[in-house]
Amino acid sequence: MTELRRTPLYDLHIELGARMVPFAGWEMPVQYPMGVLGEHLHTRKAAGLFDVSHMGQVILRGEDAAQALERLVPADIMGLARGRQRYGLFTNDKGGILDDLMVAAKGDHLLLVVNAACAEQDIAHMTEAGLTPEVVTDRALLALQGPGAEAALAALVPAAADLRFMDAADLAWDGGTLWVSRSGYTGEDGFEISIHESRAVDFARALLAQEGVAPIGLGARDSLRLEAGLPLYGHDMDAGVTPAQAGLGWSIPKVRRAGGAREGGFPGAGVILPELGHAERTRRGLRPEGRAPIREGTPVFAGAEGGEPIGRVTSGGFGPSIGAPVAMAVLPADIPEGATVYAELRGKRLPAAVAPMPFVKPTYKR
Amino acid sequence: MLKYTPDHEWLRAEGDEIVVGITAHASEQLGDVVFIELPEVGREVAQGEEIVVIESVKAASDIVAPVAGTITAVNDALADAPGDVNADAMAAWFFRIRPADGVSLDSFMDEAAYQALTG
Repeated sequence: MTELRRTPLYDLHIELGARMVPFAGWEMPVQYPMGVLGEHLHTRKAAGLFDVSHMGQVILRGEDAAQALERLVPADIMGLARGRQRYGLFTNDKGGILDDLMVAAKGDHLLLVVNAACAEQDIAHMTEAGLTPEVVTDRALLALQGPGAEAALAALVPAAADLRFMDAADLAWDGGTLWVSRSGYTGEDGFEISIHESRAVDFARALLAQEGVAPIGLGARDSLRLEAGLPLYGHDMDAGVTPAQAGLGWSIPKVRRAGGAREGGFPGAGVILPELGHAERTRRGLRPEGRAPIREGTPVFAGAEGGEPIGRVTSGGFGPSIGAPVAMAVLPADIPEGATVYAELRGKRLPAAVAPMPFVKPTYKR
Repeated sequence: MLKYTPDHEWLRAEGDEIVVGITAHASEQLGDVVFIELPEVGREVAQGEEIVVIESVKAASDIVAPVAGTITAVNDALADAPGDVNADAMAAWFFRIRPADGVSLDSFMDEAAYQALTG
């Protein structure tokens, strides 16, 4: 087994009492003494600081970078204005999803943030396609999320308050440069902030010193994104799931769809485009009755008895803000919202309502 | 007098019954408990049988019957307030069991032995 990598904030996590776990080749804080439930609720009520330095930060330079990336990602990247960020997918020839990513237009380059577990593969994929990805290896990435995020960051960097949802900007802090975007993966207003590793601990401490800011681990990050209806790579989507099946067709804009000015031209377009709006199966929300969490892998049935499974839970757990279990499952698209399906748990079929997502209303500052 | 099992349960003899819960160490390892499924009163159980399901924010785990016997009562309040296990594990009892004939608690760990186990 290869040695786990540590982020620039490792010692700070230990000092803060984190429980560290292996995650995608990194040693990461899963929770702090507050605990997953408390950290989740704290983020929704005040502000949570997450270390997401394990995620891949990649720069693509050159005037043709946007055009080149569009050969791999069915998003409108050429039309992405400077200082704006967008969500997209790397797809494969079969129409499956290789990874999901954020792309920010920074003027003379694009800044990509990709999943830790996929970073190496993404970089190889881009290189094979003739792109020249520069992997950022000397910067930490922090997420500050929650209703108190703006005030906390603006206390250190006033200009952060001027950013709107999915804006991206370079902002100065104490002699250094922060790469800030107003985004995140919790359903809350907030920011993701890239900072040089040499200043990361000082910056994290400065944020933690602000009123209402607490360190939050990966455990709460997962329950927050689940309640927000946000899919997680490797669980709710993977190389065998198409964008339409993953409920991510919205990330493919008109300009890349059939009849659009830059239609297709990405791996799997022949599979992906005809399926948009016509998927037989897609990711749906589930609200199980009772309190028992329905977790990933649980088979879902149409009826209380008999029959073959109609799908499986791809993510599920207890939603602390809802006070009840929530789950996502890939199910037949024609099941109406509000219909009852049955999750088979420990030999019992438990009823669950097919429910709209997000389960918790996002509070993005648009 | 409290006794402990290797599965991190505490056992308290009361009359001819045993009250069973999980230790603070176990509740810390589990994390925030969000769901507990208790056995039916009157059920006859074998030693080692999985009779309680505990779901924390992280995962599901089971509690086994520490001895063979009959379930005589369960703590229904836990179903509505599973977090009580994290708040005070020694107060949050799960069930009472009347041991089958010949069952003794002598072989279970005492406090000192359990402390040594969990370090």
